[in-house]
Amino acid sequence: MDDTIAAISTPIGEGGIAIIRVSGPNALAIADRIFHSRRSRVSEFPSHTLHFGTIGRNGEMIDQVMLAVLRAPRTYTKEDTVEINCHGGVLTARKILALCLQSGARLAEPGEFTKRAFLNGRLDLTQAEAVMDLIRAKSDRAHTAAVHELEGHLSAKINQAREKLVTILAHIEAHIDFPEEDIAPETRETLVRDTEAVLGFVRSLLATAGEGKLLREGISVAIVGRPNVGKSSLMNALIGSDRSIVTSVPGTTRDTIEESASISGIPFRFTDTAGIRQTRGAAEKIGVERSRKALDISEIILIVLDSSKPLNAADREIVKRSEGRNTLLVLNKVDLPNRLRLPDGLANLECVKVSATIGTGLDILRDKLVSLAYSGKVGTTAVDVAINERHKASLEIAEKYLTECSVAFKSNQPLEVIAQQFRRSLDAIGEITGKTATEDILSKIFSTFCIGK
Amino acid sequence: MSNAFTYPTRYDVIVIGAGHAGTEAALASARIGCQTLLLTTNLDTIGQMSCNPAIGGLAKGHLAREIDALGGEMGVNTDATGIQFRMLNTKKGPSVWAPRAQCDKKAYQFRLKWVVEKQPNLDVKQAMIDDLVVEGDKVCGVVTKMGVRYAAGAVIVTTGTFLRGLIHIGESKMEAGRAGEPAAYSLSDSLRRLGFELGRLKTGTPPRLNRRSIDFSKMDVQPGDEPVPFFSYRTPQTFHVEQLPCYLTYTTEKTREVIQANLHRSPMYSGQIQGVGPRYCPSIEDKFVKFAEKERHQIFLEPEGRGTDEFYVNGASTSLPEDVQILMIQSIVGLENAQIMRPAYAVEYDYSLPHQLHPTMETKRIENLYFAGQINGTSGYEEAGAQGLVAGINAALSAKGQQPLILTRADSYIGVLIDDLITKSTDEPYRMFTSRAEYRLLLRQDNADLRLTPLGRRVGLVSDEHWALFEQKRQSLDCEIDRLRKSRDGSFTYAEILRRPEITYNSLPIADRSLPGDVTQEVEIQLKYEGYIARDLEQIERFRKLEDKSLPGWLDYEKIAALRFESRQKLTRYRPDSIGQASRIPGVTPADIAILLVWIKRAGSVAA
Repeated sequence: MDDTIAAISTPIGEGGIAIIRVSGPNALAIADRIFHSRRSRVSEFPSHTLHFGTIGRNGEMIDQVMLAVLRAPRTYTKEDTVEINCHGGVLTARKILALCLQSGARLAEPGEFTKRAFLNGRLDLTQAEAVMDLIRAKSDRAHTAAVHELEGHLSAKINQAREKLVTILAHIEAHIDFPEEDIAPETRETLVRDTEAVLGFVRSLLATAGEGKLLREGISVAIVGRPNVGKSSLMNALIGSDRSIVTSVPGTTRDTIEESASISGIPFRFTDTAGIRQTRGAAEKIGVERSRKALDISEIILIVLDSSKPLNAADREIVKRSEGRNTLLVLNKVDLPNRLRLPDGLANLECVKVSATIGTGLDILRDKLVSLAYSGKVGTTAVDVAINERHKASLEIAEKYLTECSVAFKSNQPLEVIAQQFRRSLDAIGEITGKTATEDILSKIFSTFCIGK
Repeated sequence: MSNAFTYPTRYDVIVIGAGHAGTEAALASARIGCQTLLLTTNLDTIGQMSCNPAIGGLAKGHLAREIDALGGEMGVNTDATGIQFRMLNTKKGPSVWAPRAQCDKKAYQFRLKWVVEKQPNLDVKQAMIDDLVVEGDKVCGVVTKMGVRYAAGAVIVTTGTFLRGLIHIGESKMEAGRAGEPAAYSLSDSLRRLGFELGRLKTGTPPRLNRRSIDFSKMDVQPGDEPVPFFSYRTPQTFHVEQLPCYLTYTTEKTREVIQANLHRSPMYSGQIQGVGPRYCPSIEDKFVKFAEKERHQIFLEPEGRGTDEFYVNGASTSLPEDVQILMIQSIVGLENAQIMRPAYAVEYDYSLPHQLHPTMETKRIENLYFAGQINGTSGYEEAGAQGLVAGINAALSAKGQQPLILTRADSYIGVLIDDLITKSTDEPYRMFTSRAEYRLLLRQDNADLRLTPLGRRVGLVSDEHWALFEQKRQSLDCEIDRLRKSRDGSFTYAEILRRPEITYNSLPIADRSLPGDVTQEVEIQLKYEGYIARDLEQIERFRKLEDKSLPGWLDYEKIAALRFESRQKLTRYRPDSIGQASRIPGVTPADIAILLVWIKRAGSVAA
């Protein structure tokens, strides 16, 4: 607890104000770096006072805010605390949080403010139980998020990087631990080349971290439905561009496509899924599998039905899969004659009639999405951001050590010294994937080389 | 059992088994000053090298040096009876250099027998132990097969491969702990009855050949190193050894054919063997099956002693039947006419899952009962000796009412070994590798004394003579490093100059040639490594913080509802002693650790 933590402490969409809370020994110093007012510096403000000013750094102003200074020990965490009240847009709050992190704070873990409050003797015992539940619940959610991340694009790549590192390290360790064996691990030259390849790979991941983050921010909305009900047309209509391929051949969208759009100031992330149906094509099968996954992890589900056709088994399966979720039923193609009759089970779902091609009903759909976002039923996406920040932080450490490895290789340092740096970069990546290295390296050695005098 | 004769002497510590773990345990306990009894089923096989008569090698050499630094016997005994000594891996940096010695098998055993016989406070007796005497949750003695009952404050079990040992040679099986020696059945049942979770492992040993029948002219000769790299910090460099060479040869295409044609007769491939064998020490049939693309495999021929013609065939461990073994051996270059004196065999045995131990080697289930060596699922003399030493020290310290000696991952390979065993358990014979040690750059074979001899001294195991030697070395080392830091050549100190890769201590103009070689080498290694280990030292700081947070044994993990189901199960099964240990148990997540931290804080405030 000797570092300073920060997080957005209000859920999105619950009002016009968002609060960023910073707690720890450097809270005031960090605020000094980013808060500007006509009066003195934050560290000189008396405790329990509220101040008006702007947040920004290097001449770039992010927002006008009210800043509360709360000095230890009369605060929630019993540590120096600064609370920044900004205008309620998600993006603004995120930008301010990012600025706090750049200025020396660490992103708070789930439940960490409460945990600190407890450890500093702030809470009684019953409350302590609640803290532990909170850590659990949040980490489970983070875990769910991590699972989808792990199966997702970015983490598949991170695992790829890890796999390569394990292989290189297995070769280095084979050199070190089995000098008497008749084995031929890769030469130093090859290992340098491999190391630089992984380093390049990690750097390219880091370079996309900025874009990746923007994409992942916002409330996730999955657009699902059986093939050819007009999902892609609906997505294009909502985001206002022609990104998805729109044809009337079922199965045209073979992969999931993500686009962000801001509606009434709230960022949404729409996923256009491949039509969920029985399929034989291997490539398409993957697409369908991804759609199912997108459906499982999205916060809002738009079930698209073709109102010009009767309900069929595929429609029913999709509806069933979405049970208990934040769902909107979208009856598309209302410009065509209506042949759809909704069974009683579906009649109580919220329902919007649209024509994605003509544009009828889209405004009503947008309004419904916004009110869902404000309803509090939709979970905050802070967890997603947290994981991204963690990915980034871990990858940066890995990058640092790998750079050292590559230098160490070239300056002919002993293998066991290089191995140590490798181990650290692997540990950093293990922080993301939750895996420890030793057993994997040994397994790799024993499966690659014939060891055993 | 009621009419059993109770032996009049009550011992502080009883050790069952006199192998590499048992002898270290008994000697340590007696040297610390406890009345100790060492029991073995056969007085003629004390310190028997059942497999290769070699000590050391990568990581194992580190363990042997650490045993010596703490005041153990293995290093001294190896130096006194070695017939070939080498320092392996010298092409790499000093943290992974490793001493290895080939010993005279009989001499090793006889000398060790003599050492335990002469040791004050130590009685040695021949007896098979059938049962442990347990009252409540405390062990208080043992009962022999002949019905003699010995009372004791603590019992250390070091039974190796003898618990329900079953030997396989091809299709034939026999109950034995080692070829020609009976297995222990009752003791295995006794442990099971006490509630210990036992598993089954497998290991093997290659055939032995007669020197007369080997054609060495077709093989590469491997001589020992000069000057001799001794194991013990206490062995003077003036000690003379007449070294014997080892030989290197290869399998042929014919070897492959013989093995392939007879694979169905190997009990491992026919499914007759249930136990799990080590991946790092595969049988010759395994090597040909799993690495089919490899043309030939190395075979080392190693002498078993000066007074015998038996040769150990390193690399040819197998459980094929004897007739196939003959064909297989005679297909190897230079062994065309070789005579097998003892056939290779595989042995299956019971082991106790090692997560049931505290880092002192005491069992969590029964107070004052310690397990050490192969019974804990390890393989190797060095791994066994290390555990025996720690068990012996702690049983003795406990008898004297003193604080235990707990070695950690940050101070020794022995610490890594024990921590791996208790936090990860094992389902294959566990062997040490340098890659298991996170702080490998710090845990070197050259500085084992600097790391551990003060600890050995504190517990009363390091003799005055040993301590004086150590103090002298440490002093001249400190003085010399200090001198190099203070003397300058231009704007650089000599300590800085020595850090450059091309510079050695002896190339310095101010080198002090009167210093002993081990001191100047240590000066050089310490200064050269200084930059690399700074980060390790920081990490160790963080590591220690979590190790220091202890978890009370009475903690009921089932009641901590916030823990995940899997973690509750794991923690209940492993019962870690500290937060640090808990964090290394596979399946326990960082969130679980956070919860435990909150919980013990809470428990602390309740107590207060």
